[in-house]
Formats: sequence, C-alpha cells, structure tokens
Amino acid sequence: MNPQFLGRNVFDLDDYSREEILYILEAAKGMKEINLREYKKIPTLRGKTVCTLFVENSTRTRMSFELAANRLSADVVSFQASVSALQKGESLQDTVYTLNAMGIDLYCIRHSSPGSPQMVHKYSGKPVINGGDGRHAHPTQALLDIYSIWEKKGDLKDLKITIVGDILHSRVVRSNLIGMSKLGAKVTVCGPKTLMPGNMESVYGCKVEYDLGKALDNADVVMGLRMQLERMSEGLFPSLEEYSKHYVLSNETLKYAKPSALIMHPGPMNRGVEILPEIADSKHSIIVEQVANGVAIRMALMFLILGGKA
Amino acid sequence: MKTIIKNAQVYLDGNLTKKDLLIDRKRISKIADFIDVKADKIIDAKGSVVFPGFIDIHCHLRDPGHTYKEDIPTGMKSAAKGGFTSICAMPNTVPVTDNIASVEYIQLRAKEHGFARVYVIGALTKQSKGEEISEMATMKSGGIVAVSDDGKCVQNARLMLSCLRYASNFDIPVIVHPEDYDLAGRGQITGGKVATQLGLSGIPGLAEEVIIARDIMLAESAGARLHIAHISTARSLDLVRHAKDRGLPVTCEVTPHHLVLNEDACLTFDTNTKMKPPLRSEKDRQACVEALRDGLIDCIATDHAPHADFEKEREFDQAPFGIIGFETAFPVLYDKLVKPGIISLSTLVDNLTQKPASILGLPGGSIKVGAKADLTIINLDESSTFTKENIVSKSKNTPWLDQTMSSRVKYTIKSGMITYQDK
Repeated sequence: MNPQFLGRNVFDLDDYSREEILYILEAAKGMKEINLREYKKIPTLRGKTVCTLFVENSTRTRMSFELAANRLSADVVSFQASVSALQKGESLQDTVYTLNAMGIDLYCIRHSSPGSPQMVHKYSGKPVINGGDGRHAHPTQALLDIYSIWEKKGDLKDLKITIVGDILHSRVVRSNLIGMSKLGAKVTVCGPKTLMPGNMESVYGCKVEYDLGKALDNADVVMGLRMQLERMSEGLFPSLEEYSKHYVLSNETLKYAKPSALIMHPGPMNRGVEILPEIADSKHSIIVEQVANGVAIRMALMFLILGGKA
Repeated sequence: MKTIIKNAQVYLDGNLTKKDLLIDRKRISKIADFIDVKADKIIDAKGSVVFPGFIDIHCHLRDPGHTYKEDIPTGMKSAAKGGFTSICAMPNTVPVTDNIASVEYIQLRAKEHGFARVYVIGALTKQSKGEEISEMATMKSGGIVAVSDDGKCVQNARLMLSCLRYASNFDIPVIVHPEDYDLAGRGQITGGKVATQLGLSGIPGLAEEVIIARDIMLAESAGARLHIAHISTARSLDLVRHAKDRGLPVTCEVTPHHLVLNEDACLTFDTNTKMKPPLRSEKDRQACVEALRDGLIDCIATDHAPHADFEKEREFDQAPFGIIGFETAFPVLYDKLVKPGIISLSTLVDNLTQKPASILGLPGGSIKVGAKADLTIINLDESSTFTKENIVSKSKNTPWLDQTMSSRVKYTIKSGMITYQDK
C-alpha cells in the first residue's frame, strides 16, 4: 500500500507527477502478469464496491473498468444512463446522492460533459476515476497508451510521438499531451486546421503540423484518432475521402516515420479512413495490446486508490 | 418627515466633503457643514460615505415566469442591499415583456413594494423571437426607457435595420445583446486557451464583434440611438471607439465581472463562472478596465441574472448562463479596482450613477439640493461577506460566494425612504 495514492481522484494527469506516473506504470506491470494467469483474480479489494457510472455510452471502456474491479475481487455495480433515472430527468447530483447512500467506495465515470468527474467527487466525497469527460480528459486511456510505449521502448524521454486526426474533439490527445510531456516525450499533433484547437503550443508545449509528411518525419510512435462522420455536417471538413487523401496512415505516408515506429490507435478504428489495414495490422501495430494494457492500468489505479494489499 | 444624515463624507461633484444632509420628505432640502433642526430621524453616518443612489440599467428580475429564481420584491431588495436605488428590468420574462399590459404589471408590482425605482425595458421584437417588431411606441407611452431582446440577438440584419429605424422614429434607445448565433454555436466559455484545456466549446470574441460592427452600421443608417450591453472584448471596444470618433450616438456598458475576472476563473468548472458574454482573456479584461478609465465605456451595469442552485449545480455544459450582481457590484469593484489604485473612486461611482442615468435619460445620479433623496451610505472600512445566508436575492449564483470584501453598504435611501439598513 502506498499512502501517496490513497483516496486520490484521477480527473486528469496534471495532478500526477512524473514519478507518480512511473509508479503507476510499475504497478500496472504487476497487474498485467495477473491477467496472463489461468485464474485471473486476486482478493485484494474484497469488500470494496466500485461503481461504473456511464452517463455516455461506451461498452469497451466500461467492460475494461469492470473487469479490472472484478479481478481485484471488488464488488461492481454498473450504472447506465440509458436505462436509469437520468433518463427520467433526475440530475447527476441526485443520482450521486442515491448511489452514495448504497455505499460506493470508488466511482469510474464516463460523461459527455467536461468537469463532471469533479462534480461526482464533490457530491460523493469518494475518489473518482475519470473514464472520459467530453473532449476534456481521458487519463486512463493516456496511461494505457503511455504504458504501451513504455513497455516497448523502455523510456519515453526524447521520443517523437505524432498524433494524427481530429485533435479538436479528442480527450485522448489532451490527456496524452499532459502525460507524455511529463515523461519527456516530444509530441506533435497533426490534422486539418478546422479540427485543431487554438493555443495548442502555448497550452501543451507540443508542436502543431498541418502536413502529415512533416508531422511523421522521423517519428518513433504514430497514433491515429477516430475520424467522425458527424464533423462533416458541422462544416469542419468536406468528405471522408478528401480527409483520407491528406491524413490517412498508410505504407506510403509512414515512410517518413522511423521504420521501427510503433502504430497506435485508441479505437474504435475506421479502417480506410484514418488508417489503412496494412498499417493497423502491421507488425509494428500495438493496437490490440493497448486494449489489454487498459485493464492492467485500471487495476493498478483501483489498487493504489483503494489501498489494496499486495 | 425630516431626516438628517450627520457626520458623513458626502460625494459632491466627484469629491468627498464632510457635510450634513437634510432630507425633507422625498427630497434633499439642505447640504451644509452643520445642520441642527428638529428631525424625525437622525442617521449618524460617521465613518461612512454618502453616494448618490446607484443606478443599474441592466438586470433580470425573472418576474413574471421564473419567480423561483427571483421576483420583483426580492430583486428590489437585493438591489437595495447593493446600494442601488434605480434599476432597469430586461424583458426576457415569461411571458416576454413585449406589450403594455406586461409593462404595467412590472410597474405595479414594483410600486407596491417600493424598495427601488424599477424602469422597464420593453422587448425589441414580439416575444423576442427576432421575427416582428414589438409595439414599442405603445410601450413607450406606458413608460419603457428602452427596447431590447437581451439574452437574444436579432440575427436577421434586415429586421434589425427596420427595428432601429422604427425605434428612432419614436426616439427609443435600442439595447443590443451582441451575439452571432452561428459563431457562438454551443459555446460554453470564451474561445481561447482555457476552452482548449478544458475541452469546452468556445464562444469566440468574433461572435460579439461581428454583431457590434453590423449594428453600428445599421444604427448609423437608421439614425438610431444604440446602446451595447455587456461589452467584453478589446476588438469590440475598438469598434465602439471608431463609431464614437465619427460622432455616432453609440454607447456601451461593462459588467463588474468582465472588469475583474478572466477565463482562468473557469478552470475549476464552477458554473458560477459561466455567463454570456463569457469571461474573456486577460488582454480583453485589461482593455475593458482601460476603456472604463478613459471614458470609452459609458457605464457599469450588473446584468444581475439569478438562477436557482438546482439549475447551476449541473454539468458545466448543461448549466444556464448568468450570475447575480446587485449585492457584489460595489464591494467587488471597490476592492479589485479602486483600492489597488487602478481606477479612481469617482470613476467607479460616476459609472454607477450619473453616467448610466444619462444613457437612458433617467433622473438621479447626483447629490444636490432639490433632487430626490436617492442615496447610498457605505462604510469603506467595514467588511462584508457574500454567504448564501446573507445574500438577499433568491438566487446565490455568484463567483464571489463566501468571499469577503472590505466595504459594506450601511443604508440605502430612495426618495427619502430607507430601503435597506444594515443589521
């Protein structure tokens, strides 16, 4: 048990130091080993109750959180907005009061509104792990991305990491920029100007490129982001075809990156839009491993926050 | 009924002078070094300053329609507690104040309770829908002081031109809430570094600026009096400066919050930092302060906008826009701008009294013999704290909740009647 993590919230990675992030990665390494066993369960959080409060739908992330809690022997209750009182007009505040009365020890929340994890903590007084709040933050995804790179490369220091796609709407990018920078990586973000938020350089200290070739030049890690069709109707880009022509990750565009460059994607992928199958399934792709590492990272966080016994 | 205010520093022509003040029924009847007459009431104002009653030309009283947020009596009491003796109510009530009967309802309710002079601003378009011109001439005969669709903004330039021409026909000032809906989109806070950081949609300064540019041009063509509500960006101020330089009858107001807070206040996701226009960049805030100091900005207005706790205690992007403003206005501005020497006390007071009065041609705004006794007595060295318990407004949505400021309103007097007394 490390008292430094006990009862902490994970709203985003800016609350965590470089050393703390490395500590979480080490803890996740131990958890990953458990996940490879035949009997994937340890009794460490027996008697604790974890609530996955998913106001925005996400099957994959919710399953990952729930598996993590199950494997640590915590009790898990799952709250899904689509079949809940929120649908009947109950406020998030009242929902949290109600859940809290049932004795929840840790909340994992996904919500379309930025800042809602902070609200859940305010109303519950319990630690909260942010499972994605609007475009704001997705710290567990960032940690699993960082873990996946760390596992392969040993260290993130001075690695050139290029993230390509709809930067404007991506919470994954924001959390990754904070975490990766803390570990010394040099991050470049790339996408069309209409999908690039303002002030990126000054807020995150990253590099902004609008040209994919320049962005990928000499990259050690390349991450694609999901391109959503609805951005077209918002007048932000003309067609998936034109987007793809300029920003797709393919054998041709990846020739600018290092030959050993790791290929990543937080999923779900649009094959043929932001990434071609030849890249998604290439031997340098760690896209599937990212998903496995997600369970380990979430186990590590729950373990550290709830003070599980090793 | 005679009242003497003794031992006070009186704000006369921009200076503080030690005087006694005699109020005979509704009016100030004498100002002298020492007054010794038989009076019904003596207010010992030792240690305090007597200012002209404050005048707010932009507030929302929520009555009729949303009386759980505020009603006319509580809004007036809140105004009185903040030192205001005259307030102008925006028409975005339910139903919208777009007809003579609705205007008279507000006037009657206000008269019945009497804690402040309430002037009514009528809607610019019917139901503020931005489709047809309201019956503004009829409302003017009923006493409205301006027309506005505040909270909304006429998007159709042809209709806006027509509204301005019609208003100028009857000599009615038009107050515009400048916001291009397409540019504002679903924005929550100002477009800028904090919006990028928090992943919230931005309302760019452009959403305000393009409408100000448009309406200045339309008002010039129509020959209308244009007043711009709650100006908030440096470029908006440039547009107003340009218009004034050309001699156009354009005025503008700024809120206390745009003078002392910037977008960084939103970093905590406190929904009491969410309002329209949004808190802007530090550069914009400084431009507003500078424009207040050099007189480009014509007055301070609170944009008092009450919302209930249950509405504000929501996810940031689901909470309504707006904060209350009467009770915090003077204490906050005095501490944040006057005490550090950024603006003078007279700049603050004039922008809360005679300057707003002159924009809409309202009486009051200065202390003189024969004038209505609308006065605010403030102790500049006695602190006040804005807690949920002692805020008089029905709503408590302020970013300064639980903060302590160094000044305190002791008395507010309207037409010789005490409308607020501390403790």
